[in-house]
Amino acid sequence: MKAGNISYRIVKDKIFKYFIIVAAISSALPLLFILYYIVSNGISAISWGFFFELPKPPGEIGGGISNALIGTIILIVTSSAIAIPPAVLLGIYLSESRNSMVSNLVRNAVEVMQGIPSIVVGILVYAWVVEPSGSFSTLSGAIALAIMMLPIISKSTEETLRMIPHYILEASLALGVPYYKTILRVILPSGLSGILTGIIISISRIAGETAPLLFTAFGNPFINWDITEPSNSLPLLIFNYAGSPYKEWHALAWGASIVLIAIVLLLNIISKIISKKWEVKF
Amino acid sequence: MINKLAMNSFSGDQSFKFILLSSAAFILMLVAGIVITLYYYSSLSLSTFGLEFITGSTWDPVSGEYGILPFLIGTLLTSIIALVISFPLSLIITIFIGEYFTTGMPNTLMRGAVELLAGIPSIIYGFWGLFVLVPIVREFQILFDIAPYGVGIFTSAIVLAIMIIPYSASIGYEVIGLVPKELKEAAYSLGATRYEVIKNVTLSYSGSGITAGVLLSFGRALGETMAVTMVIGNSNLLPGSIFGPGNTMASLIANEFTEAANELYLSALFETGLILFIVTAVINILGKIIIKKFVSGTK
Repeated sequence: MKAGNISYRIVKDKIFKYFIIVAAISSALPLLFILYYIVSNGISAISWGFFFELPKPPGEIGGGISNALIGTIILIVTSSAIAIPPAVLLGIYLSESRNSMVSNLVRNAVEVMQGIPSIVVGILVYAWVVEPSGSFSTLSGAIALAIMMLPIISKSTEETLRMIPHYILEASLALGVPYYKTILRVILPSGLSGILTGIIISISRIAGETAPLLFTAFGNPFINWDITEPSNSLPLLIFNYAGSPYKEWHALAWGASIVLIAIVLLLNIISKIISKKWEVKF
Repeated sequence: MINKLAMNSFSGDQSFKFILLSSAAFILMLVAGIVITLYYYSSLSLSTFGLEFITGSTWDPVSGEYGILPFLIGTLLTSIIALVISFPLSLIITIFIGEYFTTGMPNTLMRGAVELLAGIPSIIYGFWGLFVLVPIVREFQILFDIAPYGVGIFTSAIVLAIMIIPYSASIGYEVIGLVPKELKEAAYSLGATRYEVIKNVTLSYSGSGITAGVLLSFGRALGETMAVTMVIGNSNLLPGSIFGPGNTMASLIANEFTEAANELYLSALFETGLILFIVTAVINILGKIIIKKFVSGTK
């Protein structure tokens, strides 16, 4: 390495530092303007009625997104119910058998699942559920979302449980507690906050997913409570209304964007609070 | 009595282990099912077109001709341009968070901004791109006397780049956080300036980790659907220039899947999905292997 003049080197160092600071701020700020733009466009659409009314036909001002909001909530609840039990069990399995052939194979399978493009998940669930059952349905949408949640939850469960030291397991086993009770009553509760954080993060990821729902939940202009019927969701509504030529529908889509970002943000904050308050630490 | 108790816990353990193993079997079956399903549904297209499916440049459902070259090129172009745009920016943010401000207010703010942006769903980036970026690009195209589409490969590359920055920056600062302190301190004690430490120690040490981050971002860009669909113009012809409309494999599926009226059409779309799946799976596993090697090398 060429040494060079010391004052030249110091100047170069200073210039680099200020360049990084200026460049980092000037590349992050415009991105935050995106957020500002969305909020300033959508805030006028939001009122009480926005949450409780159905979208109005184009030409009429006002209307709400209640169908999409309820659809999103039902999709989240259903997909969580499908994904959480196997995902947590899988996480326990991976944390318990760390280096066998099978567990490495399973780990790679989880990795592959995490990388599947969301649109491919959509056509898969179409082939598995929609085509055999003959119709689009909320349930098929929830299955698609559950497939996306599964790797996220199982990975965070595995990582959390791996942090719990082995002596805790050994102490419990030494007291004569059977293995399964040790896992369920000792290991799992000590890692609960980490598992919970993973679940919430996975929900915040899938809440905004559109592509897997295009050919599964499909969309619905009305409120739907029946999981065998198609249903709308916030991202689907944004997609459909953004592409429409009507100003009133664009306004609804901007409003829905704010609600969606708020949901994602809230979930992220909750996960932060949980992981801070009940930190898994030994 | 004691015997019975022991027996109970024994059978409890057995069934618990069985449940755990079955969850592992379930995930393996799921992945196998994914591959088999994609293969099964695309078999008609595979046997009809063979390699021509990839090399053919005509996608015409009316005449039953399906070649995905335009979409392959569109996918590669958008993702590579997006990487070229986002790489320097995310590297700058990485150095800002990982080297200069590892604690304190600037760190919290920048990290918060990155996490906030990472959380915005892709559909909203697409919506924003359609209403803000497309008119801006159109203005520039008029200025430079290019056909003013507004939508197109370049526009979607910008949207993709914006979406990738938070992702690759967050991998970046985790990676450079793993660079051993002793190495940096040794360089400092030899009289190196901070710039020299960053350039010669931090970045060169974490080179493979950063490469893996680029690879993983690439995989993400390849599969991204909604934001791209909204701003790429959805033209099924070979892209004439990067400023004109094009299409990607993912957005092709999104646009045409519900229209697929005959078996061959549907099969061709499934084969597109199969190719997309294989490519992203390979890139992801490769990226994860490099990262794993890097992490175990720092210990």
